[in-house]
Amino acid sequence: MIRLDDVTKVYPSQARPALDDVSLEIDKGEFVFLVGASGSGKSTLLRLILREERATAGTVFVAGKDIARLSNWKVPQLRRQIGTVFQDFRLLPNKTVHENVAFALEVTGRPGHLIAKVVPEVIELVGLAGKEDRYPGELSGGEQQRVAVARAFVNRPSILIADEPTGNLDPTTSVGIMKLLDRINRTGTTVVMATHDADIVDQMRRRVIELEHGHLVRDQARGVYGYAR
Amino acid sequence: MRISLVASEAATGLRRNLTMTVAAVLVISIALALLGTANLIRQQINEMQRFWLGKVEVSLYLCRDIDSDRPTCPDGAITEAQRIDIQQSLNELPQVSEVFYESKQDAFERFQEQFADSELADNISPDDMQESFRATLNNPEEDYDVVASAFEGRPGVEQVVDMRSFFDTIFNVLNGFQVGALGVAAVALIATVLLIVVVIRVAAFSRRRETSIMRLVGASNLYIQLPFLLEGAFAGFVGGLLACFGLALGKYLLIDQLFRESFVFNEASWIGWDHVLMTCSMVMAIGLIVSIVVSYLTLLKYLRV
Repeated sequence: MIRLDDVTKVYPSQARPALDDVSLEIDKGEFVFLVGASGSGKSTLLRLILREERATAGTVFVAGKDIARLSNWKVPQLRRQIGTVFQDFRLLPNKTVHENVAFALEVTGRPGHLIAKVVPEVIELVGLAGKEDRYPGELSGGEQQRVAVARAFVNRPSILIADEPTGNLDPTTSVGIMKLLDRINRTGTTVVMATHDADIVDQMRRRVIELEHGHLVRDQARGVYGYAR
Repeated sequence: MRISLVASEAATGLRRNLTMTVAAVLVISIALALLGTANLIRQQINEMQRFWLGKVEVSLYLCRDIDSDRPTCPDGAITEAQRIDIQQSLNELPQVSEVFYESKQDAFERFQEQFADSELADNISPDDMQESFRATLNNPEEDYDVVASAFEGRPGVEQVVDMRSFFDTIFNVLNGFQVGALGVAAVALIATVLLIVVVIRVAAFSRRRETSIMRLVGASNLYIQLPFLLEGAFAGFVGGLLACFGLALGKYLLIDQLFRESFVFNEASWIGWDHVLMTCSMVMAIGLIVSIVVSYLTLLKYLRV
């Protein structure tokens, strides 16, 4: 599903590469934790998959395509196959839960009847049934993140990327979000999650990829957070 | 793509950014109105040139007794033979279409008519008047110099009068207005471009949250950019409309109400509504193209897609 071949990324203003000769492969339906200290290159890796950045050297394959060869106008097609969730939720404060989720479908030109059918389903899936008309400001952090997950998943992407989705949440709420991501993973969606949360990684016992100063230092099938140190 | 959504995004952007948009619209309309004014002046010049230069005649004023002190008339009044000779030459020239002869008596009568109410007419006798030939030309613009030079310095011709020098003054003044309007239009256009850049930049900044989400969920580039382009186009369109309104008002007040009433010029020498309409469509097109292109270039720089 995702493959990196000898990928190096150097940002123009920095001498040290953010990613240095990283190769890895993530299969369809996998659940992968991306761990490492701040500045280890986790976010850069995610941005490369989304083609927010281009690799300085090496190739990134997503869904079988070398995304460096993707012409600019085809990048939106790529991003429709990838759902994204962030630490800061990134919801639109002036739109309700329903509108926030529907937004993802509207701006990709889906027909109205499809939106009317799919959005309530996804809101139900993330456990927010009955709160469709609330605004993000009226929701708890955990609920807001569920809206963000609903928005990321409403397009039925084959990959879900989560950049520290529990970073702003307390442990109990985090467990709820993890259960949700796990459920989404069980529908066959590949999930790549960058995190600092040792408890979650240890509990889930999924594949762990650890980065350190841009190098891949560990790739473990059923890993825990702190194994390498 | 759902047009209503894009349109409502654009409308929201315009409302949020109202002050800047109004400023942009006003400056655009000034720039376009001046551009249109320059164009209308140019057409007015063309119109006048076609009308007046088509009527330009070669006027040959002939020597009188009292002209003997002029270098062109050393022998005093023109002789009968000389006049017949000149008339024959005029008739033989292929460039000349018609020849009129105005005798002293004709000139006197015309003068009396023109200055009927003035004391001047009472103190003038037919002998004081100057007889003249007027030759109309087939191609006044090309043939004037040929014909005029053929009679310059000919015995019995006091002077050849070039009517064009009179028109040239008018045209020079109008040309001056045209250049001035173009100059100010250029400055206003630069201000327009800068203002559109700011409007689009502010709009892109104030909607960065929406656009970043659009990008992430895979909205097409056009879909992300379209509301901004519409905002720019709207400013250009309204600015163009205002400019057109100004041009029409100017044509009505200045030409129809002021000049045409006070000048003794003929109908044909003024531009009509067809010219205003043409200039309007030109100005609208320029306004739309400039605002859309500038918006697009601004987006390339300030909106990541």
